[in-house]
Amino acid sequence: MSSALALQVGTVARRSILRTMRQPAMVIPALVFPLILLAINSGGLDSATDIPGFPTDNYLTFALGLAFLQGTMFAAMSAGTNLAQDVETGFFNRLSLTPLRRAALLVGQLSGVLVLGFIQAATFLVVGLTAGAGLEAGALGVPVIVALSLLTTLGFGSLGAFVALRTGSGETVQGLFPLMFAALFLSSMALPRNVIEIDWFRAVATWNPVSYMIEGIRSLLITGWDGEALALGFLASGGLAVIALVLASSALRTRMAR
Amino acid sequence: MSARAFRSVALGVAWRNLHSFFTNPALFVPAMIFPLFFFTAFAGGLSRIDSVPGFHFPPGYTAFEYAFVLLQASAFGGVFTGFAVARDFESGFARRMLMAAQRRRALIVGYSISGVARALFTMSVVTLVAFVAGMKLHGDGLELVGLYTLALLVNFSAVLFGTGVAMRMRTFQAAPLMQVPVFLTLFLAPVYVPLDLLAGWVHAVAQVNPLTAVLEAERGFIEGDPVKAGLAFALLLGLGALFVVWALRGLRSAERAAAS
Repeated sequence: MSSALALQVGTVARRSILRTMRQPAMVIPALVFPLILLAINSGGLDSATDIPGFPTDNYLTFALGLAFLQGTMFAAMSAGTNLAQDVETGFFNRLSLTPLRRAALLVGQLSGVLVLGFIQAATFLVVGLTAGAGLEAGALGVPVIVALSLLTTLGFGSLGAFVALRTGSGETVQGLFPLMFAALFLSSMALPRNVIEIDWFRAVATWNPVSYMIEGIRSLLITGWDGEALALGFLASGGLAVIALVLASSALRTRMAR
Repeated sequence: MSARAFRSVALGVAWRNLHSFFTNPALFVPAMIFPLFFFTAFAGGLSRIDSVPGFHFPPGYTAFEYAFVLLQASAFGGVFTGFAVARDFESGFARRMLMAAQRRRALIVGYSISGVARALFTMSVVTLVAFVAGMKLHGDGLELVGLYTLALLVNFSAVLFGTGVAMRMRTFQAAPLMQVPVFLTLFLAPVYVPLDLLAGWVHAVAQVNPLTAVLEAERGFIEGDPVKAGLAFALLLGLGALFVVWALRGLRSAERAAAS
């Protein structure tokens, strides 16, 4: 990366990070809501561990993987809303008059959401492990969980950025939330796929990439080092990140040309 | 003349809210989609829970979760009506209504009518989907009247709670103050399994959560074996009365702000 590009990325990233961290309304729900649901589900669904074939006797360990995914979705909304706000306020138009490169703008803008994603991953891990969740992969599993979580955050964050750049409307970005929610709910978030009884639901969960994102993280917590689950997890999150980044980059090109 | 003016204001406010709800996809779609998501995810994804030792609900897990989603749809119908009140204040429209209405309490009645109508619509769609998904109701006609009356009472309380918050805060920023308490109260009830199968602190909280009795009564009506019905009705009538006072005081706060 040339020094000029690095400077541009750094400047935009600094603004993006500060802006995200200065909005408690974005940071607090992204941390608190997944933890509240984790607490409620681990108490409410504890008896699910009695179902034959359930992979652990501790539902908290099972549910912890879901908290990471919920967190990344909140982060995506944050990234999209911030970008849409830049478009709505005309900040983007002013930026397009400067020699700022598109790559610097996109990478810089996504830095805020990645920092939020890192704080989320660290918080969920600390709270989960303190509350009694297991970590079968041991200490080496921690950086892998954080890496997979950040890759997923990048994927959903880029998706939020794409919608923001394409539509320039914060309201439309907010409209993405129910869709992400649907993707989460129609996955193996509450029970492992082999235990889901309803055929069509199990089929949808099997085709849903979100299942593999959750199962990748969950495998490190419950099974240890499961190469297949991890490969599928990284593939699903990486695939989403690549596709969403290409889409966001294309939308940015169109937006800057206007 | 006074009763007619009251009715005119109440129906005007109700019609306006219902019109904007049914004609604005940004308001209509989330209100419809969220209960259906919950129903699909819980009744579909968690159906195996009914094989957990100690779980006994003859109508099946779909009907077990239908009771919760019905309450969730009615409660959130009320919360979304609170959002509409907040939006009216933020846009300045509510201030104009406060100046124009001869009987301002009619505003609260109007919002309540629209909240109940919205909830009835959402509940009908959820019920239709539940029947398509194979839900079986074992209760008789009277028990089903009890089931839906309880859900409407929950909606009535939630509308008044949301309206009270919105009239005090007069900004859409107050949305979490309406949403979060309702969300927590709902989810700290026995959502996925009966009370006896809950574990840890959730079990302790659910035991004192008033919505637990309502949810158990709903499930009793579905099963055709009513339990805690009297307690559930008494609790909801009490909550409704409390939130009538809460909303009226909120109206007074809004009147004071409009006059200053």
